[in-house]
Amino acid sequence: MSQTTKTFPIKGMHCASCVTLIEGALRDVHGVSTANVNLANERATVTYDPAQVTDEQLRSAVASVGYQALMSDELAHEDAERARKRRELVALRFRALFSLALGAVIVWGSFPGISAIAPALLRNAWFQFAVAIPVQFWAGWQFYRATWSSLRHRSANMDTLVTIGTSVAFIYSAFMTIAPHLVQRLGIMPEPYFDVSTVIIGLILLGRYFEARAKAGTSEAIRKLLGLQAKTARVIRDGQEIDVPLAEVAVDDVLRVRPGEKVPVDGVILEGASAIDESMVTGESIPADKGPGDAVIGATVNRNGSFTFRATKIGSETMLAQIVRLVQEAQGSKAPIQRLADTVSSYFVPVVLMLAIATFALWYVVGPEPSLPFATLSMVAVLIIACPCAMGLATPTAIMVGTGLGAEHGILIKDAEALEIAHTVNTVAFDKTGTLTEGKPRVTRVVAREGRGEADILAIEYALERSSSHPVAAAIVAEARERGLATPPEPESFVAVPGHGVQGVVREMSVRAGTERFLRAGGIDTAVMRAEIDQLMDEGNTVTLIASDGELVGVIGVADTERATARQAVAQLVRRGIEVVMITGDHERVARSVATRLGITRFVAQVLPEQKSAQVEALQAEGKRVAMVGDGINDAPALAAADIGIAMASGTDVAIEAADITLVSKNLGAIAVALDLSRRTLRTIRMNLVWAFGYNIVLIPVAMGALYPVWGVLLNPMLASAAMAFSSISVVLNSLLLKRWHVRV
Amino acid sequence: MSTDEIAVVVIATIGIAGIAWFFFGKRTRAVRAGTVIDIVVDGGYSPDTITVLVGKQTTLRFFRKDPSDCLEEVVIADLKIRRTLALGEVTEITLTPPRAGTYRFSCGMGMYHGAIIAS
Repeated sequence: MSQTTKTFPIKGMHCASCVTLIEGALRDVHGVSTANVNLANERATVTYDPAQVTDEQLRSAVASVGYQALMSDELAHEDAERARKRRELVALRFRALFSLALGAVIVWGSFPGISAIAPALLRNAWFQFAVAIPVQFWAGWQFYRATWSSLRHRSANMDTLVTIGTSVAFIYSAFMTIAPHLVQRLGIMPEPYFDVSTVIIGLILLGRYFEARAKAGTSEAIRKLLGLQAKTARVIRDGQEIDVPLAEVAVDDVLRVRPGEKVPVDGVILEGASAIDESMVTGESIPADKGPGDAVIGATVNRNGSFTFRATKIGSETMLAQIVRLVQEAQGSKAPIQRLADTVSSYFVPVVLMLAIATFALWYVVGPEPSLPFATLSMVAVLIIACPCAMGLATPTAIMVGTGLGAEHGILIKDAEALEIAHTVNTVAFDKTGTLTEGKPRVTRVVAREGRGEADILAIEYALERSSSHPVAAAIVAEARERGLATPPEPESFVAVPGHGVQGVVREMSVRAGTERFLRAGGIDTAVMRAEIDQLMDEGNTVTLIASDGELVGVIGVADTERATARQAVAQLVRRGIEVVMITGDHERVARSVATRLGITRFVAQVLPEQKSAQVEALQAEGKRVAMVGDGINDAPALAAADIGIAMASGTDVAIEAADITLVSKNLGAIAVALDLSRRTLRTIRMNLVWAFGYNIVLIPVAMGALYPVWGVLLNPMLASAAMAFSSISVVLNSLLLKRWHVRV
Repeated sequence: MSTDEIAVVVIATIGIAGIAWFFFGKRTRAVRAGTVIDIVVDGGYSPDTITVLVGKQTTLRFFRKDPSDCLEEVVIADLKIRRTLALGEVTEITLTPPRAGTYRFSCGMGMYHGAIIAS
């Protein structure tokens, strides 16, 4: 008995019990001798007898316990599927051109005016009949097949209309050809319309060909994103650098990336430094300088340096995989605007069939003579002009292009509904810390009272705050270290009063540090440095006052630096007529100072974290449509309360539950772009829907003969087929036009 | 009105009524799904109404036999799933309905419909 070993990825695992479950299911397959599943790299290794076990059995065994096995053939599956699609397109084009060529021959022999100069053979009805047969039953076979399948389920689609329309024209013409004398006895000229049946089939097939090509363009975003992935990784094992396939990289592996290479998975730099081009994932055009401790993102490109990093996320957990998943989900969702089109689509074809019968009866009874050909051609025109496809394609194609375009620029839209609502936003509320600012406070100024040095003040604070985790304390400690102050001894005593300050004994001095109110409560006179305190606060600093042995000795200003893009982002929103509001827990004077610098006219200060969502609701109560921008973690309730929650991704985590839109980069300019993208996508959807509905609402009555009583105008079924083919293509092309928008984040 | 005209009107009326009955009068019978259910995609979905248990993972195995472009994609919008169905192959979609209710699915163009009833 020969044995073979196969390793394949498994999707959907999340815990150790998954491993046991899958291993058990695989071992139960008759012919499998061993099965090992690795949770870290999400792969199964199975040894089995190939004579007894097929890939399908392994796949089914894994599926039976609720997971998905990606067999090696499935990895190549997408390529095979694309190749099949290409072959199908080539065949479709051939059938379309074949039908149109034969149709042209028949048109030459039968169309009034040009038929006079056609060779006699082409004018012969039997010749036309013979030429029309392969078009009807070979090129047009797909319509018959689809119609039969649909009717068996008591449903109908576009193919049903084409089949019935062309069959009516073909059978009518065949009857005129086979039994002309019988027809003449009924007082009707025996004129066949083989040109109608063949040209309609040719034009509709050609339309489908162009539509399929254009549609492929609407879904290419996912393919592009997947294409970014590196194929191999250079792992350092036992001091050796070895190239391994990406799927074999495990968490905690140490990898090397050389200049010009792609970073294979997400991780943290251990040694070395480089500028990394992250534009393909974050949309940020300027390369980011990274060094030890910095996070790197898989699929980004290392520019100039060489570095090693430790893998932290692999497979479906990487940022790229999360982005792909988010885009796939967004493209799978439906926009509320689509509901009407969906409802109409489900009734459309049967209603058109009824209208076609009514048209025939109407023309037969009240139409001019000869009533039979008039009635037949009008009925065919109604069947052929109707185009449910354009209605079905109007919204999803635009959503696919819109969400894909967003992802290419680091704007991840949760679903179609978010994309639809975002354009109605007229107020953007920002959380200050970590959003408009870097979220990393720094010491801006140390002011010592006469007779004291700056280093003296810092040293006292350093000693007192060295073990504190408060962001302000951390900033002061960092500043002290940066200035090279020696590490002080532990304070002799230390008490922290949350929200106010700290007090303790340092080098036998009684020290009290914190807010002005805290120091005053301790009986310390703060008026001696009034001017300095006021100035620091007016500049937007959080001020820490330091007193030693009951006397104020200095003040330290700490401020969070604003993001480089914050001011411009605010200006962009204001230019679009959007009101910008800043919500912060800071003191009002600090908030005012930051707001003024960023060009924000409205702010709410001293808001506790749990009150942020109430602030959003207060804005909504004013009738505003509010987008809340935050980090998605501390302000999740506020993001959820807003009409649109926009989160700035932190690190390599982009799947932020509370956010409707996630910005991958830290560039705040993406907010205006996201709102513009929503507006443009919605405009495209509206144009598509107006076109698709308008087309049917206007042209179906025209095909029925609505213009005939006044202007004597009837729609030629061949023109109807051209209009129908153009209708679907135009909707897809209009959606693709969104891609021509030059996004600048 | 001549005899043939009366005949045409009568046949047309019967035809319109027949179409209404044929397409709008159909009743669907729900099929209970286990952990896996096969759905044939050929001129629609068969079965087109499936009952599943809330919170339980179910794999829908779509087997696409119909080459029609309409049926190339299946969309379960409430669960944010849009998947291309390869012709002549089985495409598996695994889902766990989070709440009781009806999750509708359709082809990419919204012409063919089905429903997953979670209870």
